[in-house]
Amino acid sequence: MHQFQIATLIPIEIGGVDLSFTNSSLWMLIGAIISIVGLTIASERKAMIPGRLQVGAESLYHFIEDLISDNVGGSAKQYFPLVFTLFVIVLIGNFLGMIPYSFTYTSHLAVTAGLALLVFFTVLIIGIARHGFHFFSLFVPPGVPMWLLWLVVLIEIVSFISRPITLSVRLFANMVAGHVLMKVIAGFAIMFASMGGIAWIGAILPVALNVVMVGFEFFIGFIQAYVFAVLTCIYLRDTMEIEH
Amino acid sequence: METEAVRLLAGAIALLPLAGIGIGLGNIFASYNEAIGRNPGAADLLNKKFMFTFAVTEALGIFALLIAFYLVFA
Repeated sequence: MHQFQIATLIPIEIGGVDLSFTNSSLWMLIGAIISIVGLTIASERKAMIPGRLQVGAESLYHFIEDLISDNVGGSAKQYFPLVFTLFVIVLIGNFLGMIPYSFTYTSHLAVTAGLALLVFFTVLIIGIARHGFHFFSLFVPPGVPMWLLWLVVLIEIVSFISRPITLSVRLFANMVAGHVLMKVIAGFAIMFASMGGIAWIGAILPVALNVVMVGFEFFIGFIQAYVFAVLTCIYLRDTMEIEH
Repeated sequence: METEAVRLLAGAIALLPLAGIGIGLGNIFASYNEAIGRNPGAADLLNKKFMFTFAVTEALGIFALLIAFYLVFA
């Protein structure tokens, strides 16, 4: 489909590797500029009675702060920049994709897999650096009978390795399926309109449904960014304390 | 059978998991509403947990849909 195609804007090739500036890069850059400029302006004037922008930025900050203290623990402020950045980049990507003729960069597996692998290796590296070899006791949950232990350890290892896959595919598939669904419903309207005669009245229903779908897509875009941040927090909890 | 027919059939079979996901989502909505009804004060806490479980379960349906799209169109 046309809206998911990557178009090269500025071709760059270094050492046989294609590093072109594509429309995906362009929209990522726009998202980065919006978040940086918006949050800078919002936090520039620290007014006692905050304006709209400052309230928005502060509630976003508190939202992520609560998320981390709920899911990782009170002393986990060190992870705030990581989780906040991931949440904002996914949220802005999902929302920018709702503008007609724009490009949803979260609808490509390469982008989401990059973010998910970042989380995966962050957990792995911090966990091993902080706990050493003891980190792998994560795979041995306490209180499991000896004869069942091999199976439980196997399941834990598989679920640990499949984390980046589920994390990236969930976001990418949600974005693709949502946009395709909107296109399919819009296709019904065109189908009715091309029938000729009085049949165009039937097109009102799919158009009205599509209006609802746009709202639902915004909701899904927010929820997926939230889930990405929550799962990142849950994975980061493994690096904090090991009970036994 | 013709390849085209098998492809369409495979796309339909790939959507069968939606039955289980429908039951699962129904359970989530039912227990969420019941919990809110029993203890309206816990609504804030339940909202977050509900949104999380809803999105994680719903994503499985999207996986099935994606595989069906892939089988039928690609």
